[in-house]
Amino acid sequence: MSGFEQHRDCVERALARARETGADAADAVLVEGDSLEARVRGTEIDFVSQAKERCLGVRALVRDASSGGLRSAIASTTDLSADTILETAAQAVALAQHTAPDPHAGLPEETPATGLPDLGLFDPSDRNVSVEARIEDARRAETAARAFDPRIENSEGSQASSHFSNVTYGHSNGFLESYESAFHSIHSIPIARENGSMQRDTWFSAGRCLRELEDPAAVGRQAAERALRRLGSRQIPTCEAPVIFDSGTAASLVAQLASCLSGYAVYRKASFLGESMGENIAAASVTLIDDGRKPGGLGSKPFDGEGLATRRNVLVEGGRLSSWLLDSYSGRKLGLPSTGNASRSAGSAPGVAATNLWIEPGEASLGDLVAETKRGLLVTELIGMGFNPVTGDYSRGAAGLWIENGEVAYPVEEITIAGNFLEMLRGIDGVGSEILWRGRIASPPLRIAAMQIAGA
Amino acid sequence: MSDRPHAIEFFDERFGLDAAGLEGTLADALGGGIDYADVFCEYSVSDSVVLEEGIVKQGDRHVEQGVGIRAQSGERRGYAHSDEISLASLADAARTARSIGSGGGRSASVALASRETRGDSLYPVATAPTSVDVSKKVKLLEAIDAHARQQEPRVVQLTASATSQYRRLLIAGSEGEVVGDTQPLVRLNVQVILEDATGQRREVGYQGMGGRYDFERLQDPEAWKPLVDEALRIARTNLGAQACPAGTMDVVLAPGWPGILLHEAVGHGLEGDFNRKGTSAFSDRLGQKVAAEGVTVVDDGTLPARRGSINIDDEGTPSQRNVLIENGVLTGYLQDRLNAKLMGVQPTGNGRRESYAHLPMPRMTNTFMLAGQDDPEEILRSVKNGLYAVSFGGGQVDITSGKFVFSASEAYRIEDGRIGAPLKGATLIGNGPEVLQRVRRIGNDLALDQGVGTCGKDGQSVPVGVGLPTLRIDAITVGGTESA
Repeated sequence: MSGFEQHRDCVERALARARETGADAADAVLVEGDSLEARVRGTEIDFVSQAKERCLGVRALVRDASSGGLRSAIASTTDLSADTILETAAQAVALAQHTAPDPHAGLPEETPATGLPDLGLFDPSDRNVSVEARIEDARRAETAARAFDPRIENSEGSQASSHFSNVTYGHSNGFLESYESAFHSIHSIPIARENGSMQRDTWFSAGRCLRELEDPAAVGRQAAERALRRLGSRQIPTCEAPVIFDSGTAASLVAQLASCLSGYAVYRKASFLGESMGENIAAASVTLIDDGRKPGGLGSKPFDGEGLATRRNVLVEGGRLSSWLLDSYSGRKLGLPSTGNASRSAGSAPGVAATNLWIEPGEASLGDLVAETKRGLLVTELIGMGFNPVTGDYSRGAAGLWIENGEVAYPVEEITIAGNFLEMLRGIDGVGSEILWRGRIASPPLRIAAMQIAGA
Repeated sequence: MSDRPHAIEFFDERFGLDAAGLEGTLADALGGGIDYADVFCEYSVSDSVVLEEGIVKQGDRHVEQGVGIRAQSGERRGYAHSDEISLASLADAARTARSIGSGGGRSASVALASRETRGDSLYPVATAPTSVDVSKKVKLLEAIDAHARQQEPRVVQLTASATSQYRRLLIAGSEGEVVGDTQPLVRLNVQVILEDATGQRREVGYQGMGGRYDFERLQDPEAWKPLVDEALRIARTNLGAQACPAGTMDVVLAPGWPGILLHEAVGHGLEGDFNRKGTSAFSDRLGQKVAAEGVTVVDDGTLPARRGSINIDDEGTPSQRNVLIENGVLTGYLQDRLNAKLMGVQPTGNGRRESYAHLPMPRMTNTFMLAGQDDPEEILRSVKNGLYAVSFGGGQVDITSGKFVFSASEAYRIEDGRIGAPLKGATLIGNGPEVLQRVRRIGNDLALDQGVGTCGKDGQSVPVGVGLPTLRIDAITVGGTESA
């Protein structure tokens, strides 16, 4: 049997066993991963790591005779021996006897995905990539970063990784499919030193195919340039000012917004946007799209965690909230169909996640946005967890560049930026043109008209 | 009899990993330029039940098993791991680790002896928490929900979860020792969302507790009722909270969980890997004054039953009490084997890893500041205007620049030495090597947190603890939405 056939066989046996031991419905997911990682620091290899991992998760749904609701539970294991597969399925059923019947639980009613497209999620020739080749990539990034400037005299190293995975998912209504994907990255973390103070910064590139990655030397140089420009950072006085988020930090705002659009947050009353469907929640220049079938996208997959077809959903159109992110459960809770956003890991119940999520780019370049800003902050790094999705309170540590008269004046650090997330979204008065894809979630640079900055 | 020989027997009986087989594996991994190799075997069972909307909707159980083999040559590490535990897969992984760690060369031989690390376990349990009947866990969550809704009609959402883990480890090193450990871990979380009378405003209150002890302890109403009441109190307080002003303020930290300040501001910066590489803001500062007089910071993995405690670290080194800062002077770093060796010091029992799928790194255990002399009430009275921070959400640090940040989940204005209005959305930011120099008062009321800390580093999570006495720190930048 081929790898996929074996996996389908495992899933089928688990589903059959779940039904035999008392489940009225069941689903199972088997994830296999093969990974390779290497880090070079200075001229030395820091570590090289290789692994193969597998995990099977079985969800059992057991109908409660009196209420008609389903009880559900999950059991998972990294041991795929024949006995353990059967034991795991039976355990899920046994565990489900203890949970409460839920009228909204169950497999999706919607028709499962068919005619799965090839989304370009891996390049078969990459599977032969050698450890030595990825060590060499890391070495090139590291060497370029270190050679960029004499002030780059140290680093946390440069790292290359390749991860291949295949996912097989099946449920008791007859769906059984698999897909294969890959994720490659190159990452450099140099340290610049001047006058006894040190600054670290990073740059990385990621893609489904090795040929999509930026040149490792360019990654190293970009990381070095970013670390160098932070030298001499200072605090600025507490003030209110316009704030520009670069592409990377703007993507974190998009991720936070997505967490508030999850159907789970909405029905749990844990999202400050829960009652805002159809309302203008952002500036008219903001259009937010989630598309699970973007070719080669780092969040692309042919079907979601419940076997439904992934699709393109417009979540915010011209500033108006137009869709939640839903799986079948959260959809039923809200009286809506799934949006194909079920995410599923082997060990946990389905949840909701964005696939490829982005704000549509505008016309102005980052340079234009800076030039239009008389006095303000360009944020290049955010730290801390200061976002409350229930209230929209936002307050995070920041570092970046201070802008005076439309030009970058000096680097700043040890400041915080704060605001109310709804006011921030509505206050977006500039959407940049450059979008940088390094993960599932991306954004062009965004400028917010005014935020509270705390500093000296 | 401690648990540790028990864990060694477990791997022998279940997977046939006997001393001779492990010796053969290590011999395969050694040789050439490899100067150290170890085998890390893990068999971990975890389960959780989650309640929301008044019912336990979900239960799950997970079995994770695997083995990781490391081959080390100077600074260079080769690592291979697999989810299959057998002598055959060990031999494969050993050769992979050795080849990527160094290169050719002849195999060496190793003779293993089982070692007792400590007379008694720091965390003996009567029953593995994952063997406790699930119906008891379900009943606990239902009782929590009923109690909360009886106390507070404004609850619009309550989420509670109970999680248990039982982790068995075996570590065999090429220096000839094989050690085992069995690590229980339990945790209870309660989060409530309250809505005010207008229906316009909702706020969250969260509390958690846990540690390495019997699940039974969580079932005691004397333990969980105060936890639920506290979550409700925090949510009520936040319903009346004002927006936090932005600017530089004198700050008083409450005892216990605010010890996260130490974890972020100094703890990470004192980890041996960063200091060996010279990438920490604390690098090359041993013997220097990095904190105010009276400040003593300790990392102690040996506290009984605490979430951050470990009998042995994930390299087999017994945990210990390490003084990091003594009376303001930097006295030590946290070490794993590799960094200790390269820095010419002893390992400190801080080599930890999330699982068999990860390489060990220097990590914290339970990190806290020793108590001082001051009366906590008097410390508050000493501040004319400032911020009283009682509890925190998450924090983060840039160890190179030393900048750290953490977010208050419960905070108050201090006005004329008295606790004033509650504030929301307060974020504290500072510089690790400077912040402890601005400590003005140290309370006599050291408290450890309730067992909820999880520390992330380089993609790996490990359970940790923190602690702090009431502390006054002057001139910290506080982020908020209001102009001061």
